[in-house]
Amino acid sequence: MKLSHLLLLATLMVVTSCGRGSGQPTSPASASAYIQNKGSDTLVNLALAWAERYQAEHPEVSISVTGGGSGTGIAALINGTVDIANASRAMTADEIKQAKANGITPVEFVVSRDAIAVVVNPGNPVRRLTLQQISDIYSGKINNWSGVGGENRPIVRLSRETNSGTHVYFLQTVIRLGDKKNPTLFSTDTMLLASSEGIINEVRLNPNAIGYDGLGYIPKDLAGSVIAVARDASGPYVIPSIATVNDNSYPVSRDLYMYTAGTSAGVIKEYINWILSPEAQGIVADLGFVPIK
Amino acid sequence: MNKTLNRRETIISAIIKTCGYSAVLFVILIFFFLLREGLPALFEVKLGALLATRWYPIENHFGILPLITGSLIVTMGAMLVAIPFGIGTAVFLSEIAPRWMREILKPLVELLGGLPSVVLGFLGILVLSPFLRVFLDLPTGLTALAGALLLGGISIPTTVSIAEDALDSVPQGYREGALALGATRWQTIWRVTLPAACSGVLTALMLGIGRTIGETMAVMMVTGNAPVLAIKLASIFHPVRTMTATIAAEMGEVAKGSTHYHVLFLIGLVLFIISLGVNIIASSVIFKSKKRAERVLS
Repeated sequence: MKLSHLLLLATLMVVTSCGRGSGQPTSPASASAYIQNKGSDTLVNLALAWAERYQAEHPEVSISVTGGGSGTGIAALINGTVDIANASRAMTADEIKQAKANGITPVEFVVSRDAIAVVVNPGNPVRRLTLQQISDIYSGKINNWSGVGGENRPIVRLSRETNSGTHVYFLQTVIRLGDKKNPTLFSTDTMLLASSEGIINEVRLNPNAIGYDGLGYIPKDLAGSVIAVARDASGPYVIPSIATVNDNSYPVSRDLYMYTAGTSAGVIKEYINWILSPEAQGIVADLGFVPIK
Repeated sequence: MNKTLNRRETIISAIIKTCGYSAVLFVILIFFFLLREGLPALFEVKLGALLATRWYPIENHFGILPLITGSLIVTMGAMLVAIPFGIGTAVFLSEIAPRWMREILKPLVELLGGLPSVVLGFLGILVLSPFLRVFLDLPTGLTALAGALLLGGISIPTTVSIAEDALDSVPQGYREGALALGATRWQTIWRVTLPAACSGVLTALMLGIGRTIGETMAVMMVTGNAPVLAIKLASIFHPVRTMTATIAAEMGEVAKGSTHYHVLFLIGLVLFIISLGVNIIASSVIFKSKKRAERVLS
């Protein structure tokens, strides 16, 4: 009986140790420092590009970048499992409180800017909308494209999941028109897709669809059907670009953030400083984001 | 000699016993874990709010009815696909197909069962849902129907494989007896072979349902994930959000111990109870039908 218990224990130990060995990315022997970077799917490509360049220049540092959404990254920072959290929205007061309760003081860095582009199928003739019209579409007040000057087709609303910073930003800035007391929500039949890729794909295939995503994620074949957005019916309709974000004429743009746990030191601090340098900001523009000045 | 044999015997039977008990133990532990993490939700959110029809957790709308109905409609749709096709294929393989064809087809069907659901999800996004949108003239192809068809397809291999084994284990004498009494081939299959294999076929269906209701990835990719209450028949042509997809999509974002976290575990608990219910009903049906089959065939 006892021997069998021992055997079982030994088997379990072997199994768990195997699991550990293969599950955790082990840093190469040459690297002396290891940075875990996680969060916003909007930022993930940019963060990857930064990490690749930085690792090429500093072979002693190893950086792992994963996506999952801003909420996921911030939750990981609160739970103490990442060094740097990427976020496409600022942390909420609630989240900062939770982090402090866990003994972590988040420090915020604005690392890049981004425009959120509203995009439709290339076959849809609608090319310009006001913020109010977009809000009415997503809150379910307008259900047919003919209501905004298009063809007689039902509107299919696409959105990122609720763990996406882009989702939260879009809710506050576009659907609620920046009014914090406005209780408007997404219409319940808004489809919440788990990835940018899912939204782009459905917009590409479905002539009824409207979607939104970070400017850096709009592929070339959909660049022609990005909606020009106006603050109100009289105002100019502006297409998102680096120039229109920088002169603040495009109404749906935002800062992108990185958060560290506490005042960072050593490798993490050097990495953040490098990200804010002109060299790293050059990569930002290459990927369709807007560099910070 | 005798002593070592005895000792070996004890060790082996102890190992087997441990395996058997551990299965029960794990289920109980998981159940208690779900209770511990999920029940606080009942105190943090009023029951009326939980049974509301709006799911929007980041603004504290925790109505889980749309998610439950979403899961149910997709599962039922999938079973409508899987039951006739699964049993039909199993009957064909076991009773009708010549031996050589069966030896090719059965491994192929089982290979189909090994396809990762993510891959099928891709197929659903790129082929099935555009097809449904154009063919049925729907606003979007990402609907409960797409999920049901895909899940039906996913559960067919499980159903076929087990049902075929059950049909295969019906003694040849039953079929010969029926044929000797003048029954046609169809009468033999429908009145003798299928009833005799009934418990195995039902097990196959239940495992199929289990696979369906627990499936996450493919469903998340093709059902559109819109938390709409799906209680009308037409809901099958609209996007829905299932319980599994909700847990998978949102578990990563929640802070441990928050209300949202507890509600997600409560959804897990509901899912667990539904599966348990399906299994209990299945085993009681199997038990009854076994008695009847034994009466008829003994």
